[in-house]
Amino acid sequence: MRVGGFWQQAKEIARKDLLVEGRAGEALYITIPFGAVALMLIPLAIGTDRPLLAQVGPGMFLAVSLLFGMLVAFRQTAADTPPQQELLTLLGTDPAAKFVGRAATSTLLLVVFEIVLVPVTILLYNPGRIPGWPWLILVLAMLASGLALVGTLAGSVTAGLRTRNTLTPLLVAPLSMPLLLGSAQVVEALKQEQSILLWITLLATMNLALAVIGVVTARPLEESSR
Amino acid sequence: MPVLRGVDLRIDPGEVVGIIGPNGSGKSTLLRILATLLKPSVGQAEVLGARIGSSGILAARKRIALLGHHPGLWGELTLIENLTFVARLAGAGTERADLALELVGLGGAKQRRADHSSHGMQRRVEFARVLLTQPDLLLLDEAHAGLDKAAQALVEAAVGDVKKRGGGAVLVSHEPDRMLPLVNVTYQLEGGTLLGRKEMR
Repeated sequence: MRVGGFWQQAKEIARKDLLVEGRAGEALYITIPFGAVALMLIPLAIGTDRPLLAQVGPGMFLAVSLLFGMLVAFRQTAADTPPQQELLTLLGTDPAAKFVGRAATSTLLLVVFEIVLVPVTILLYNPGRIPGWPWLILVLAMLASGLALVGTLAGSVTAGLRTRNTLTPLLVAPLSMPLLLGSAQVVEALKQEQSILLWITLLATMNLALAVIGVVTARPLEESSR
Repeated sequence: MPVLRGVDLRIDPGEVVGIIGPNGSGKSTLLRILATLLKPSVGQAEVLGARIGSSGILAARKRIALLGHHPGLWGELTLIENLTFVARLAGAGTERADLALELVGLGGAKQRRADHSSHGMQRRVEFARVLLTQPDLLLLDEAHAGLDKAAQALVEAAVGDVKKRGGGAVLVSHEPDRMLPLVNVTYQLEGGTLLGRKEMR
């Protein structure tokens, strides 16, 4: 029997995860709206100091993206039950393809999350026009994929552990810091009309490193989780 | 504390083995070792020519089907979506998924979500998966549990199909009555030890 290739398997995993998520609605109907609400609550806490809101707006967007993005990245619908895991194993699914497919789904959901959050941020914080703002599209895409990779990797490390729910955020938070730092610094550099190359390189390097680590460790992590 | 002790078991092609034992005797553990999902802490296990822990086991796994206590279905997906997903991953052709569901009597319930289906229906989907993937080694854990009389014929059909293709099957149960007519050989497993081989007619 012919078994689908690596990319075919990754595509099937992503398609299945999107279908499951679309029907369970854990990220789309719970986490994403709640993230938008969190962004709305901050101006209430700060008050109507418009210049301050404009100044902190991009940072608040990134912080909310990171915190709620973690919840999207390691949502329950991204975790298979033991019988489901065993089925995937016995179908000959490459653990690395599972990693790639799952990270792709999380990236897509995180991009949707960011698309929802951007107008909310502009409306409530009015951060003004940032010079070279089209670069932010690239930054948001790299932030989404970086968070997705971190979340998927942490999910692989903690798979099968009873302490999974506690341990995963503890792993994800420090690994996400370079992503937050890089994204925030790009915004600052654009505002100051300075070079963003260093920070874009940091984000790209983080993405590449996480992808390589995730793919290389997928099989040993899966075998050790049994 | 070891679950199995001194187990020495050989299953030849075309052989259907029944393992009988009370709850907690190690039946499911033995089945999971045969499915290559567990590595024995001591000793060796070789399945379909590949030693567990070796790189060759990846190829062997694709030829094994395990039907355990809990069906490996995604509740949010419909029955046909579950089976189509399996077909695509196994490279089995999605058109056969439809046919497999028809064969297990679920042709009219294809679009029903798995979590809205009864346990018996979910078990039938598992048998449809066996028809679809055509494993060389079929492992059934309490195969008759949760199945009505009509569906119990699926166990017989699945075992017969594997046997016909020269494969092997292992059935474990604590209620041997329904299992015995299907097997060539039985073993009694008690306290993690295989007590004896009994040839069946």
